[in-house]
Amino acid sequence: MSVIVDQLTKVYGEQTAVNHISFAINAGEIVGFLGPNGAGKSTTMKMLTCFIPQTSGKASVCGFDTEKNSIDVRRNTGYLPEHNPLYPEMYVKEYLEFAARLNGMKNADKRIEDMIGMTGLTLERRKKIGQLSKGYRQRVGLAQAMLHDPKVLIMDEPTSGLDPNQLTEVRNLIKHIGKEKTVILSTHIMQEVQAICSRVIIINKGNLVADDSVEGLQRMEKGTTLVQVEFKETADVKLLQQIPGVRSVKGDNHLMIEYAGDGDIREILFRFAVENKYTLLNMHIEKQTLENVFQDLTK
Amino acid sequence: MIAIFRKELNVFFSSLIGYIAITIFLVANGLFAWVFPDTNILDDGYATLDSFFNFAPWILMFLIPAITMRSFAEEKNSGTLEFITTRPITDMQIIFGKYFAALALVIFAILPTVLYYFTVSALASPAGNVDTGGIIGSYIGLILLGATFVAIALFTSCITNNQIVAFITGMFACFFFYLAFDSLSLIPMFVGSADAYFNAISINRHYQNISKGYIDLRDVIYFMSMITIFVLMTKTALGARKW
Repeated sequence: MSVIVDQLTKVYGEQTAVNHISFAINAGEIVGFLGPNGAGKSTTMKMLTCFIPQTSGKASVCGFDTEKNSIDVRRNTGYLPEHNPLYPEMYVKEYLEFAARLNGMKNADKRIEDMIGMTGLTLERRKKIGQLSKGYRQRVGLAQAMLHDPKVLIMDEPTSGLDPNQLTEVRNLIKHIGKEKTVILSTHIMQEVQAICSRVIIINKGNLVADDSVEGLQRMEKGTTLVQVEFKETADVKLLQQIPGVRSVKGDNHLMIEYAGDGDIREILFRFAVENKYTLLNMHIEKQTLENVFQDLTK
Repeated sequence: MIAIFRKELNVFFSSLIGYIAITIFLVANGLFAWVFPDTNILDDGYATLDSFFNFAPWILMFLIPAITMRSFAEEKNSGTLEFITTRPITDMQIIFGKYFAALALVIFAILPTVLYYFTVSALASPAGNVDTGGIIGSYIGLILLGATFVAIALFTSCITNNQIVAFITGMFACFFFYLAFDSLSLIPMFVGSADAYFNAISINRHYQNISKGYIDLRDVIYFMSMITIFVLMTKTALGARKW
């Protein structure tokens, strides 16, 4: 277990930001940390990286306690804080050299060059950070976090502000790193979670509400199916609702039908269309989207 | 510590702060010591640097808070403090890195004024007839005073994320410890009762003592204690994020 969180709690004054959450993460896992704004994601990450101490509970990274062996924890952790703070007056290379020295790395020139290449900063390396666009700054932040080859990588919204091409590149980069290392990243983009995370932890108002694989979360409530149907004509919703087993019908042109009866709803719908002289244009079984799961859990 | 020290010095000299601080210190002192009629050494008739050593603390009082105001305030404001404090270095290493970088800049500014010594020495009659010991003492005193101001101003930079607040409170705190206690001891109410204590914590009093060229261990201990107290207060302020 490279990251263990046990009954971790953070109380600010009267507000409980993080409320007794526990989880354990293995090496080689990429964990998506989800939750609405203000749910306590960043606070948890700040506790894991020893920026602020917890009110109660325990957290350990690579076997080191975040309070007792803070320096060892920090040595093994790469951290990209929220909003990616950087020094705008520094040159890209200068900043990475500073980061390398802070991490106690010696002869880091080659590693810095590698990171610059890996994060696609080769053309921007002689620029000041202040002159870079947001996407490139984000890459500088990522390069900093991975520079010292940490065992655990903690990233608070690593892909915010990237264009679609950069998004794909950065996601591939994270995926690649996640093969050997433990990665915890927070994000609001559900496609991203589906694309790179092997596991999802959802917290809401400081409480842990889900800790499961992406597939596990998407699995529908047992026995119910969600079907999307499109008719050429405007279908009579009331007639659809009369079909035995149909629980709900939503939408107007693209109808979403929730079915809990026996048999395949698609056959029933086909026959329904024939009987009522509707032209069936499109029909497929929907998976529960991660967005829906998220919204249900954090309502 | 070296990492922070080098980075701070780089910031000073890549952003003009360093050059401006040194230039202003030298120009202001040069004007007061050699040009302005009431204070210049040439008209004074004595081969001493007293007017320079009396005036330099006043410039440092402005200049040092200006040098240190961004040290912590800016890192707090931009969030980079979160970056450096989550790297494997202790808070103390961060503070000392910043402290020694600012002190180095102050020493760089003071260093060229050694030229004044040679000028006065050449102008003395007979040439070379100057109180070398006194001047060396004064330089040690000035550096200790600068080191104390740096500690005070670094602390005020650490209690806020606003550079202007850091500068003004830093300047006031330096002024207060430099002279206010000195003046308080003159208030009739305190004479004979508290004046000795006020004198004991006044920077000016100890600075004047050392300037005589007689380095008393008590004065050195005083400066060292002031620096230690303010560095520890800075450490407390930096640790406040953990409260």
